[in-house]
Amino acid sequence: MGWFKRLREGIQTATKFKKETPDGLWFQCNRCKETSTFKDFKENYLKCPKCAYHARIGSHDYFDLIFDKSYEELFIQYRSSDFLEFNDLSSYQTRIEKAIEKTELNDAISVATGTVMKKPLTIAAMDFSFIGGSMGSVVGEKIAKAIDFCLEYKTPLLIISKSGGARMMESAFSLMQMAKTSAKLTQLARAKIPYFSLLTDPTTGGVSASFAMLGDINFAEPEALIGFAGPRIIKESIKQELPEGFQSSEFLLDHGFLDFIVDREDLKSTIAKLMDYLLIKAI
Amino acid sequence: MVFLDFEKPLEKLYEQLEKIQQVGEEGDVDVSEMLAEIEQKIKVKKKEIYSNLTGWQKVQLSRHPERPYTLYYIEQLFKTFTELHGDRKFGDDKAIVGGLAKMNGDSMVIIGHQKGINTKMRQFRNFGMANPEGYRKALRLMKLAEKFDLPVVCFIDTPGAYPGIEAEERGQAEAIARNLFEMVQLKVPILCYVIGEGASGGALGIGVGDKVFMLENTWYSVISPESCSSILWRSWDYKEQAAEALKLTADHMFEFKLIDGIVKEPLGGAHVEPENMAKALKRHIKKEISLLKEMTPEDRIQARIDKYSNMGKFIEVEPTPEPIEENSNPEE
Ligand SMILES: [Zn+2]
Repeated sequence: MGWFKRLREGIQTATKFKKETPDGLWFQCNRCKETSTFKDFKENYLKCPKCAYHARIGSHDYFDLIFDKSYEELFIQYRSSDFLEFNDLSSYQTRIEKAIEKTELNDAISVATGTVMKKPLTIAAMDFSFIGGSMGSVVGEKIAKAIDFCLEYKTPLLIISKSGGARMMESAFSLMQMAKTSAKLTQLARAKIPYFSLLTDPTTGGVSASFAMLGDINFAEPEALIGFAGPRIIKESIKQELPEGFQSSEFLLDHGFLDFIVDREDLKSTIAKLMDYLLIKAI
Repeated sequence: MVFLDFEKPLEKLYEQLEKIQQVGEEGDVDVSEMLAEIEQKIKVKKKEIYSNLTGWQKVQLSRHPERPYTLYYIEQLFKTFTELHGDRKFGDDKAIVGGLAKMNGDSMVIIGHQKGINTKMRQFRNFGMANPEGYRKALRLMKLAEKFDLPVVCFIDTPGAYPGIEAEERGQAEAIARNLFEMVQLKVPILCYVIGEGASGGALGIGVGDKVFMLENTWYSVISPESCSSILWRSWDYKEQAAEALKLTADHMFEFKLIDGIVKEPLGGAHVEPENMAKALKRHIKKEISLLKEMTPEDRIQARIDKYSNMGKFIEVEPTPEPIEENSNPEE
């Protein structure tokens, strides 16, 4: 329990990859197009101050929103590699390097552990800015390692999904991450350690069809796109327009696949409440 | 006979063969020597064509219109088979079939994607693209197998899970995810065979097993070469390149340790000698089930978890000491 002790003593190893998104002093909303100050945006829990739109934010933004004062980032040593030598219009190697440079992240998921209202929690949060939040071997391995960590230290797991699905450039290796993450989640389930799945905009493809749908509690941010097939593919396949609100969080709630929808403002208190129901003790 | 584009040289030879046979039937000339010669030529040509198939050519073979599907193998492999329908929740999916079967006195549960054999049946089977109720039916049958301690055999052959409005309404993603989760912990042996197309989550949804095998001319990938081409090349015209880049053949998959073995097909593909293919498959299933039965359920489950946990390729870098930084949580 070494790290818990260190956390209590207030020693933290925050990451140099921490970054505030979006950059700059102004926030422009993707939905209402209105501009607000970044300060107002931040004080509004990273929602548009004008229309409450839940902007796409990064893994470290979620860590800041959810954890108490300190957290420790884990498993930062993993990097994707172009072992299939996959070349389309660009090479996968170039895509990886560009993504690391642009996002200052290691890959499409970051894992951190800390406390939420003094209760221990491990979070694996995805970054859409890193190759569309796609799941390759690194995402699968970091989730597997996060689960091992939860098993060892008996902390609940929260995975925050934000992904277009499996990473094509790792072909069947990406596909098998669906089986890998699901296999690891069965270990967590057998140990009766809670797994919370937060689905955010967007959660589709191999991510929705594996760990994202397997939470003890599945919940989502408002108006997120959640589904198996992407809307464009469905439209092409059935050759008709999709109904309004199709594949939104509200649609999934209505069809029985989510427990509830949570406003970003209430995210932290909701998670703390869930942990309290499930008798997770403060440390 | 249906000839694929790369089989065209064979088509000419078969035409010649037919002509000679006709002449022979008319009875005036002894054609045996000519027949032997052309048959030899066909043999040589076949070897030449089929020993160097590209990824895309194997994709074509896996979709060959005469290729045997799940129900053909079921008919050939099992003395008796009783199809079981429905997921007990919504309906009966026609793109996944399943039921109880008997092989050499042993009962088992068999589940597989099913494609149609003609235009009408292709529609009926939804081209082998399952809806959520298909995956839920499969899971129901697996639970039945578990209850009565019967092994499960899955045949995978799908261009993908169906992308449709109702499939989403009924939770395609949840249905597939649930199967992955449950199959990992199923107490009875699970054997999976890719017999045709292994496309993405739609394939994996009945594809988690103790042992997963691919027939020689099948493919397994996160996405079909056509869709990959359309997304990454932004055009439908790069399917051959996409098929190569995805490294989706049985040989690649075995080399990557993502599958446990390859079942050889007759020269030219499973459809050339379907009965022999079925016989080979039967021998294979019999042997593999008896091996898996030697393990305890707990050992099988642990081995499954270990196998899937080891899948993935990445690099590890030396962690550098991180500067200490204050967390800027607005609440604190
Ligand atoms: Zn707005």
